[in-house]
Amino acid sequence: MKQTVLHPEHVKLDAKMVDFGGWHMPINYGSQIDEHHQVRTDAGMFDVCHMTVVDLHGDGVRDFLKHLLTNNIDKLEVSGKALYTCMLKENGGIIDDLIVYYMTDTWFRMVVNASTREKDIAWIEKHAADYAVDVNERDDLAMIAVQGPNARAKANAALGAEATAKCEGLKPFVAVDHAGLFIARTGYTGEDGYEIIMPNEQAPALWQALLNKGVKACGLGARDTLRLEAGMNLYGSDMDESITPLVSGLAWVVALEPADRKFIGRDVLEAQAAEGNHDQFIGLVLTERGVLRNHQKVFAGGELVGEITSGSFSPTLGHSVALARIKHSIKDSCEVDMRGKLVTVRIVKPPFVRKGKSCLV
Amino acid sequence: MSDIPTQIKYTKSHEWVEILDDGTVRIGITDHAQDLLGDMVFVELPEVGDEIIAGEESAVVESVKAASDVYSPLSGEITAINEAVTETPEIVNQSPYEGGWLFELKPSAETEIDDLLDADAYNELAEADSH
Repeated sequence: MKQTVLHPEHVKLDAKMVDFGGWHMPINYGSQIDEHHQVRTDAGMFDVCHMTVVDLHGDGVRDFLKHLLTNNIDKLEVSGKALYTCMLKENGGIIDDLIVYYMTDTWFRMVVNASTREKDIAWIEKHAADYAVDVNERDDLAMIAVQGPNARAKANAALGAEATAKCEGLKPFVAVDHAGLFIARTGYTGEDGYEIIMPNEQAPALWQALLNKGVKACGLGARDTLRLEAGMNLYGSDMDESITPLVSGLAWVVALEPADRKFIGRDVLEAQAAEGNHDQFIGLVLTERGVLRNHQKVFAGGELVGEITSGSFSPTLGHSVALARIKHSIKDSCEVDMRGKLVTVRIVKPPFVRKGKSCLV
Repeated sequence: MSDIPTQIKYTKSHEWVEILDDGTVRIGITDHAQDLLGDMVFVELPEVGDEIIAGEESAVVESVKAASDVYSPLSGEITAINEAVTETPEIVNQSPYEGGWLFELKPSAETEIDDLLDADAYNELAEADSH
């Protein structure tokens, strides 16, 4: 199994390690629920070195990305600004969801998922050839996510005065470069914080400095319940190559304007939107006991209408929530087959939790 | 390395059985089982007076990760349930053999006790399971 540069730190902290898409990663350091609350109420950090940083260089990089991605990178006007987007196959299926940063007019940076690394790189390289763009997978870089209401203050203390000055006034979804550190005000938890990209050899020292400032190590278990509460999709669970963004709650990352931007998959999405009546991607809330789970079937009026794509217990709310893909016509409530029993659940619009507070009314 | 006390009995499905002085038995899940499941969020118990048959589902422990049936190691009538674990499921994680017990029953077929595993046999099974 592959190990990140922070692997020895996890072993030192006696983490429970699991095989996560071929990576030996910490699922928790004792209690997933405690780590979840740590991020909602204070500051926690995650080893996300397994994620893939890809730098794209070349005069044609802007035109290339306007062709490759569903969202329009022309929205990025300030260096360091980030954009969340999908990358589609010709048939509209999602190859991956990713964040792209505008660095300069000849340099963009993408952060893509770990589990999709090989196919992403192959896809990007295949299409980059037509635009004279260099694709550079940055195996030399590590990434730590620091998340929570106190995450930026504690991370600033660990990073030092100069970095703090540089991060002063950093807006959400913008990154700043400081002495080889790439500090982005982004995350996957619904809390404020940073995702910090740095040379591999600097990561263990930063990890230790963050620990010293009271940032607790959190595993991928907590990362999953945090992102679920925040209503954020997980690639491989909530969407994949057989599914378009329109049925994954991701229409907002598909920029159909300007109409002449011919990104890959556009025709299929336009046809699907024009036809209408496609499945909807919604949130489910169960307030009684039990936990909604991935792949549980959803029913309405005795008819099978869809499936849960991500379900778990919400530590912040104290009951279960889920994301599901169901027929477009279903409203207000539906039923889920939970271990052979049909249980009524409420349909809501995600997110469930933002900045530590319930979004449910 | 999980905790496996030697004075109690075990099952292949990761329950433990403690024989109490009055001949009733107390049942819970092992340290190994709670460690595999992770943070508990719900526990569903039988009712006092229920007649249970050995090997049948008699309780459910549900963690963030998964729901897991608890199979009664023995047949008999439920004499007590531990309501503390339905209120505070994490007791099962913190104290699987003490505060985290699930239910007690009066065995109706004493010979079933002979089929249970001792600590050594369970240890072997748990070890194999971890690798």
